[in-house]
Amino acid sequence: MSAFVRAAWAVFWKDLLVERRAKEGANALAFFAILLLFLFYFALGPDSDRIRAALPGLLWLAFILAGVLGLGRAFALERENDCVDGLILAPADKAAIYLGKLAGTTALMVAMEVVFVVATGIFYNLDIWAAVPRLLLVAVAGTIGFAAVGTLFAAMTAHLRAREVLLPVLLLPLAVPVLLAAVKLSELALAGEGWGAAWPWWQLLLGFDVVFVVAGLLTFEFVLEA
Amino acid sequence: MIQAHGLIKLYGMHAALRGVSFEVPAGQILTVLGHNGSGKTTLVRLLATLARPTAGRGQIAGHDLVAGRDQVRRVVALVGHSTHLYDDLTARENLTFAEVLAGHRPDPKRIEAALGRVGLDDGQAGARVRALSSGLRRRVALARAILREPRVLLLDEAFSGLDHDSTKRLEDYLHAFKAGGGAAIVVTHSLGRALAIADRVAILAGGRIAAETARASLTEEALQRLYLAATEASA
Repeated sequence: MSAFVRAAWAVFWKDLLVERRAKEGANALAFFAILLLFLFYFALGPDSDRIRAALPGLLWLAFILAGVLGLGRAFALERENDCVDGLILAPADKAAIYLGKLAGTTALMVAMEVVFVVATGIFYNLDIWAAVPRLLLVAVAGTIGFAAVGTLFAAMTAHLRAREVLLPVLLLPLAVPVLLAAVKLSELALAGEGWGAAWPWWQLLLGFDVVFVVAGLLTFEFVLEA
Repeated sequence: MIQAHGLIKLYGMHAALRGVSFEVPAGQILTVLGHNGSGKTTLVRLLATLARPTAGRGQIAGHDLVAGRDQVRRVVALVGHSTHLYDDLTARENLTFAEVLAGHRPDPKRIEAALGRVGLDDGQAGARVRALSSGLRRRVALARAILREPRVLLLDEAFSGLDHDSTKRLEDYLHAFKAGGGAAIVVTHSLGRALAIADRVAILAGGRIAAETARASLTEEALQRLYLAATEASA
């Protein structure tokens, strides 16, 4: 295994291990997801057709809000004891650190998304199970794009006093193409449409994933050192 | 091994350093004394490449602090005010993580040796950092620095919070370190500590080196007089 892969894996492993032990992020996300399920239910009522029509937007609204919380948490961890200085001083390639942080954030978000989709199906009594594999693919691809740009901005705002406000303000406008494609693909998956109809949206989503990940790999060092 | 030429650091309109120059050859320790706010930590941050000088230049082991910062980071270890430790990892896991980020395959024997060198027993090494006292946390941070096998060591108040045994261990390590050709800068508020480990002593005041002298010519009383004269002159 190369030093780059080892460093990325170490950051990923460290983030997941700390999260598993501290449980702060997971608990906050779980509580937040349950709260959203209740709120959506009260807003939309028991009409399952209405819920089903709104579901793609609701899912991604939940994913985004939870994702912003998760991203903030990922770098709050690095602020404790000035661990971010330890990352800066490490001779490791900073792109490897970025990749590890991105993988850690994506893994936590996807885990939350799986739980949220399953809870939504059960709580609203919706027959969405046939669409779950495709929804999962969309969730992973959408989350990678969202977390790619989010990790960069979370690192950028980590030292700022107004970081909780600035992170969503900077992140959400830039993540619009990813979110548009992800919502549309979720809608198509839930409607059981074929892959042909979804392909242009997949191209958009995967294209932005590649752009955001490459931009993150190339610029993370400057963001971290700034 | 460590060279600073007219280092200046401005934070907005505030000058933290106003042209600091000195040299620390291999096998020597420079202790830096000074009041709070005199620029000691800023100096250490510049030398560690955590901050960039506004003007002036510095070199560590022949590498420029700005242009060669990646090379500098390979030879320098820093123990500062903050421990840079993850509270929810164990001491051993923190060292393993640091070892991987330094580009090495983690070697359990080397990690245990570094932990042993600072006097951490197996239970302490396997405990989460959150559960350790501040003195033990500092020891873990020192173990991480030792593990790097640096050529240059930067210690910013590294003795604070250490008990007598740990202090003795750190002094012994510093003597062995410089005997092995390493160079170190040790920032401290203790004049006695400065004399115990230093080859040269510098006094920072108002962002400048107000006095610098060889340790050999100093008694603690003489150093105290020098310190008072240097800091009062700049006030």
